Amino acid sequence: MLHSKIIALVPLLPFAVFLLTGLFGRKYLKNFSGILGTLSLLVAFVISIYTAYEYFFIQGRDANGIFEKIIAFKYTWLQFSPGVSIDMGVVLDPISIMMIVVVTFISLMVHIYSMGYMKGEERYATYYSFLSLFTFSMLGLVLASNIFQIYIFWELVGVSSFLLIGFYYDKPSAVAAAKKAFIVTRFADLGFLIGILILAFYSGTLDFGTLIERFTTHNEYYSAVTAASFMGVSALTWGLVLVFIGGAGKSAMFPFHVWLPDAMEGPTPVSALIHAATMVVAGVYLVARLFPVFSLSCPPALEVVTYVGIFSSLFAALIACTQTDIKRVLAYSTMSQIGFMMFALGVSGYGGEHGLGYMASMFHLFTHAMFKALLFLGAGAVIHFVHSNDMKDMGGLRKSMPITHITFLIACLAIAGIPPFAGFFSKEEILAAAYANNKPVFVVAIITAGITAFYMFRLYFNIFWNKEKIENHSHEEHSHGEGPMTMLIPLSILAICAIGVGFIPFGKFVSSDGKELITEFNPMFSLGPVVLALSGILLALFFYKKANGKSDKVAEALGGIYRATYKKFYIDEIYLFITKKVVFNLVGRPAAWIDKNIVDGVINLSATVADNFSEAIRPIQSGKVQQYAIYFFIGALSFAVLFIYFWKN
Amino acid sequence: MNAIGLPQILVVSTALFFIGVYGFLTRRNMISMLMSIELILNSVNINFIAFNKYLFPGKLDGLFFTVIIITIAASEAAVAIAIIINLYRKYKSIDVEDANSMRF
Amino acid sequence: MQASIIIFYCLAAMIIGGAILAVTSLKIFRAAVFLLFSLIGIAGLYFWMNYEFIAAVQIVVYVGGIVVLIIFSIFLTHHSGEDMKSPKLARSIFVAIAASSGFALTMLLILQHQFFASSGNVVEPTVKNIGTQMLSTTENGYLLPFEVISILLLAAMIGAIVIAIKTKTKA
Repeated sequence: MLHSKIIALVPLLPFAVFLLTGLFGRKYLKNFSGILGTLSLLVAFVISIYTAYEYFFIQGRDANGIFEKIIAFKYTWLQFSPGVSIDMGVVLDPISIMMIVVVTFISLMVHIYSMGYMKGEERYATYYSFLSLFTFSMLGLVLASNIFQIYIFWELVGVSSFLLIGFYYDKPSAVAAAKKAFIVTRFADLGFLIGILILAFYSGTLDFGTLIERFTTHNEYYSAVTAASFMGVSALTWGLVLVFIGGAGKSAMFPFHVWLPDAMEGPTPVSALIHAATMVVAGVYLVARLFPVFSLSCPPALEVVTYVGIFSSLFAALIACTQTDIKRVLAYSTMSQIGFMMFALGVSGYGGEHGLGYMASMFHLFTHAMFKALLFLGAGAVIHFVHSNDMKDMGGLRKSMPITHITFLIACLAIAGIPPFAGFFSKEEILAAAYANNKPVFVVAIITAGITAFYMFRLYFNIFWNKEKIENHSHEEHSHGEGPMTMLIPLSILAICAIGVGFIPFGKFVSSDGKELITEFNPMFSLGPVVLALSGILLALFFYKKANGKSDKVAEALGGIYRATYKKFYIDEIYLFITKKVVFNLVGRPAAWIDKNIVDGVINLSATVADNFSEAIRPIQSGKVQQYAIYFFIGALSFAVLFIYFWKN
Repeated sequence: MNAIGLPQILVVSTALFFIGVYGFLTRRNMISMLMSIELILNSVNINFIAFNKYLFPGKLDGLFFTVIIITIAASEAAVAIAIIINLYRKYKSIDVEDANSMRF
Repeated sequence: MQASIIIFYCLAAMIIGGAILAVTSLKIFRAAVFLLFSLIGIAGLYFWMNYEFIAAVQIVVYVGGIVVLIIFSIFLTHHSGEDMKSPKLARSIFVAIAASSGFALTMLLILQHQFFASSGNVVEPTVKNIGTQMLSTTENGYLLPFEVISILLLAAMIGAIVIAIKTKTKA
């Protein structure tokens, strides 16, 4: 039954596996850890599916026609004051159930895939324990009933992401990337924390349900939070924008996106799991969780979400066109797609027809998880085969890797939004929502969609077509086939999902107000985007089908624009300039001076004082027993006098 | 009425106690220190017996405590003398100030 | 009555005098002998209080056991006739003052305090009573402490032997 505690197993199983493989993995479990992790996730996945089935079909809608929000259980962990407490709970509502299904499913696929991909790796068990830790944290995050619980798991996914990016810790670039990811997201998380504190201060609660209720109906909390203002902006807006900054950090939205491409230093299955399908959508999920507050009480904050989303989306799509590292292309494409989800939330209204954006965003999150995981796993298979990340080393692989080729093509078609693949449906709804609410955003979005098709097929043609000859002399001698079955099966399953999940009538399950949202398929509206996507594909076909140098000419013609894009618009350089030149000189050096002379000075002074004092009292510790006995005797006598004569109440 | 009562006996035992303390703190010979400890224990024994006799004549608890203390004193003397003899073998001296190798 | 008072003061003088000489004498053997007198005085005090059993135990254990043990150890560790190092004068004075002030404080408390005897029937400290109660398990029985103290004594004995035993030095 839904109210049973079995749902707790979903996050706890990976946690148990994390402890087991983390503690005993390297010595005792070794290769068994992979099987253990996979089995535990299989169980978790089955439970999730079963829960979803019960929730949507057995329990169904309540009398008002909405899916009820169920607190499966709740345990108060830290009580600050009546009402304000940090709880550890499990909340079941359409989006959290959708998320646990996605997370357990993708994680399961990645676990299976990794058994082949990471085979022979020395720290195999450690890898699986990190994966389990991540899965546990992510599930804890999506099931959180309390905003602080989300924050805790939010940091935990950050840590596990850090561990996994830096998994190859003997590679300096991986270490740097792990640090970068951690620092950038930490920086954004600071905003999140302040946002939480602002919201909690004004609402007097940390519980999601209560918080949303207090901020969306007219009551004393609502008037307090809107009345208080800082720099002309109400406290509510500040709180929500700061929370969104946290989300933007995790979701790699501009300007916090710099960590995501570098995070590709981690093992590819990890990129598929964390940096494509699950963790990076945490920001979207967070906004969706607080969506009623954003939408009903604070349209300005929602506008911030919209513009950050659409800008990141276009920005990342442009960069993706020029990158040559296939994982980086995918990383920017992820960023672009998450931008889609963000602005879809931004243009959405609350309830009924206006809630289309919300539903489309969640739908896109769902379909994107499938095809982006597929893309990454496919890219992983290619990298496994070619032993390189760079497009220049690839080409003409379609014959040597037929299954990877087909599945990759499916995923590319899905992300490009070609019917009837999954991405088409969700993207159409996002575009429809944008069209209905915000025309400029719609225009940018549709252009971005076209660019998406272009760069995805650029990637596709570069890997599987182009330079046919290369395969003849470079891969024949050490050809080890396409990869083991453990890698091909997840690819196939995900490919089926990438085709099929678009047909799920998502509006029936997930909508902003919980009511059923019927979406109509409008062929006339879809025509434009599909034509645009097709032309993007044709453009890629024209440039990259064969090695013909056409693309280089265009790149030369574009000159500076091309270089700027290739250098990712110099954002990294700007950050480096700010941190190295500005922050180090203006803040770092004075701080270092203060640290050396004042802080250390105080410490040294106290050390000197303590040293001299101890030198002075050292003779007391003479090591002579009788002297000690005298001290003892005098002390006892003094205490006797003190307590008898001077300590009278 | 008996002219000698509890206070007089307590005076004797207290004096004995502080004489023992004095000896313990001034003597440098370990055997003399042990003797001082015996004096202190004996002063306590006198107290127990005196309290038993004058304050709680209906019980024998003080007496039993005395018996127990005498036993403990005997054990303690035996162990202490064993230690002292061992120290003497090692340092050829039983001055407390010479036994300082565990000082720091 | 009068005789009893005289006897008490004689015993007190013997106890205190013996103790003072025991802690001040520079010849350790003499100190042990003065300690012996002091302990005999204490045994006499127990007799005076009609606690014959304890007095007997005192003589048997202290006089017959511990003092003999001490004298043996003196023989083992000292050359006869040698004076001990005299204590440092400063320390002696300091400790004497501290001990006297402690004594004064305690005396003050004892003399200010009113002692009240508990009423009720008197249990004579006869050997029969002592034996019965010590080995009984009833309310006021002391069987368990008796056993515990026996084990302690045994442990101390073994411990003393283990500590003092001459270890074979490595060749």
